[in-house]
Amino acid sequence: MLNFILKRLGLALLVALTVSFISFILLFLSGDPAIALAGEGATDEDVLAIRKLYGFDRPMLMQYASWLLSALSGDFGESYYFKLPVSSLIADRLSVTMLLGLCGISFALLTAVPLGVIAAIRPNSIIDRIALFLSVAGQAMPSFWFGLILIVAFSIKLRWLPPSGTDSWRNFIMPTVVLGYYAMPAIMRLTRAGMLDVLSSDYIRTARAKGASEMRVMFKHALRNAIIPVVSLAAVQMGFMLGGSIVVESIFALHGAGYLAWESISRNDLPTVQALILIFSMFYITFTFLADVLNAWLDPRMRSS
Amino acid sequence: MCQSKSCQDTPILSIDNLTIDIPTSAGTLHAVRGISLDLKRGETLCIVGESGSGKSLTSLALMGLLGKRIVPRADRMEFDGIELTTASARTMRKLRGARMAMIFQEPMTSLNPAYTIGDQLMEALTLHGGSSRKKARARAIELLEKVGITAAESRLSQYPHQLSGGLRQRVMIAMALMCEPELIIADEPTTALDVTIQAQILRLLADLQREMNMAMILITHDLGVVARVADKVAVMYAGELVETGPVKEIFAAPSHPYTRGLLRCIPLPGKTKRGSVLGTIPGIVPSLVGDVEGCTFRTRCEHAAPACRGPIPLHSSPEGTHSFRCIYKPGSLQAEAALSTGTSV
Repeated sequence: MLNFILKRLGLALLVALTVSFISFILLFLSGDPAIALAGEGATDEDVLAIRKLYGFDRPMLMQYASWLLSALSGDFGESYYFKLPVSSLIADRLSVTMLLGLCGISFALLTAVPLGVIAAIRPNSIIDRIALFLSVAGQAMPSFWFGLILIVAFSIKLRWLPPSGTDSWRNFIMPTVVLGYYAMPAIMRLTRAGMLDVLSSDYIRTARAKGASEMRVMFKHALRNAIIPVVSLAAVQMGFMLGGSIVVESIFALHGAGYLAWESISRNDLPTVQALILIFSMFYITFTFLADVLNAWLDPRMRSS
Repeated sequence: MCQSKSCQDTPILSIDNLTIDIPTSAGTLHAVRGISLDLKRGETLCIVGESGSGKSLTSLALMGLLGKRIVPRADRMEFDGIELTTASARTMRKLRGARMAMIFQEPMTSLNPAYTIGDQLMEALTLHGGSSRKKARARAIELLEKVGITAAESRLSQYPHQLSGGLRQRVMIAMALMCEPELIIADEPTTALDVTIQAQILRLLADLQREMNMAMILITHDLGVVARVADKVAVMYAGELVETGPVKEIFAAPSHPYTRGLLRCIPLPGKTKRGSVLGTIPGIVPSLVGDVEGCTFRTRCEHAAPACRGPIPLHSSPEGTHSFRCIYKPGSLQAEAALSTGTSV
C-alpha cells in the first residue's frame, strides 16, 4: 500500500510539474507580454524597459524556474489589473470557492449515493423511477436557469433565503443545491449501475449462502465494490466544482475564484490567470491522487497494478 | 451431531414434489417439476444431468437462494424437520452457512475481491454468533490446513486475487465447513478447475464428508466421480427426476433410457469393450416454456412410443429405494438390449 501511495504521489508530482510548465507557457502564447503590458502608444524604449523590469529578456527556462520557485513559496507576482499581489487577491476568493465546492460535492454524494443504492436494490420501483426522473431533470436543466428559478422561488416569492452575497451560511444553501444537483445525476446513475452489477455477482450469492443479512450483503459486500468507480467520478466532479463554478458564483454573486478567473481572462490579467490555472490544476491532481489512494484501499487488486 | 441409530436413519433432508416455475417474457418456464428426494445424515447424493436440467435450481431452492422473483413450491421440503418453503427469511438465514452450506461452481468469482481470505472465512463463523474473532481465526487456520492449504496463517491476510483457482475453491470449501454444517451442497465444484486439480478437490470433499459425517449433495456431470463418491444417485432430465437409486443399482441396472444413454457415453472398466465406440445421445433438451406434458426425453429416446405423450408411471423397487419414470416396466429395456446385442448391460 505504501509503495502504491509513493508511486502515485510521484506520478502526481510529475503531472503537476507539466501543468505548471503549460500554465507558464500560456503567458507567451498570447503574444509578447511586454508589449501587452506597456499598453497602446508605448515607445520601443518603454517596451524594452518593461521587458527588462519583468525579466522577459532572460532565457525562457530561467524565467520558468524563477516563476515556479516563487509560486511554490506562494508568490504569484502582481496582478496587472489590481496592482496587488496575486496571492492575496486569490486567498479570500479561494475560501469562498472551496466552501462552495465542498458543500456542493457533499450534497451531491449524500443524495446521489443513497438514491442510487435504493434504486438498485429495488429496480423499476417507484423510488427508482423518482431517482431516474431527478437525474434526467438534473442533467437537462442548465445551472444558471435552475439557480434563477430557485432565486425567484425562495428569495423573491417566499423570502426565505438571501439571493446573493456571502454573509452567512444561508447564502450558501441555494448555490450548494444548484452546484450539487449538477453533479448528482452522473454519480447516482453510476452508483445504481455499479450496485446492480455487483448484486448479481457470485460473491454476493456466497455472502447470502453464508447467512449474511440483507443489510450486511448490501453495505459490507456490495457497496464497497460498487462505489469504486463512483470515487473516481466524484474526484473529477470535485475538481470541476472547485475550478468551474463560474456560472453559479456569478448568479449568486459569490465572489469566488471561478468568478475571478473569468474576470481575469477578460481583463488579460495574465499572472492571475496563470496562478488560478495552476491552483485549479493542483486541486484536480490532489483529488485524483486521493481518489486513487481511496480506491486502492477499497479494492486490493489496484494496489498491485 | 447425533450418533444414535434411529437419528442416523431419519432423513436430514426430505423433499416431496418440488416444483420451480420461472416467469419469463415468453411464458412460464417449468424449470423443475415434481422432484422428490430423501437424504440421510452422512449420505452422499449425486445429482447428475445436463446443463439446464434443473440441478442447480434445486440446490438453490434448498438454500433459499433463488431470489425474490422465483418461489419454489413443494408438498414438503424439510431440513431436519424444518419446512423450508414456509420458513421465514430469518429462519433461512440462521440455517444458511450454519447448518447447511453450499460450494459453488465458480471459485474465481465466488470470493469477494475487497476482503481478505481471513475476513471472509471468519465472517462465516462470527455471523452465526457465539464466536470471538480469536476463536474464529483459530478455526479458519484449522480448516485451511484441513483443506490442504500450506502456510495457512499467512494466507489469512491474502486477497482472493492472490490465489489460484484451485486454492480459491479450497478456501470456499473451508468457508462452507466453518460452522460444521450437517448438509453440504456442492454445485459442480470442479467444473472451472484444471483436470489435475479436479480429482484432488473431489477426493478432499469426499474425505471431509466422511470425517465430519455430513450429508452431501454433489451436483456433477462426471459419472466417474459419481461411481466413486455417491451413495445415492439422482438423474435429472429437463427439470424432472427420471431415475433415482443406490449408486450400485444405477450403474448395474440403469432403467430409464436417459440413464442408460448417459452410461453408454462413458467407458466403464470391465464393461466397455476395447475398440468399441462410446455412445452419444442425439438431440437437444426441449424447451420447458409453456405446458410440458408426457416424457420430456421422448424426442431423443430410441424407445419412444405414442404412450410417451401421456402420463408417465413411476416404477419403484419393492424396497422403494430405486425408482424411475418411464412407460416401460422395470427390466423390459434390459431384456430387449440383451436380446439385440447378446450381452447384459
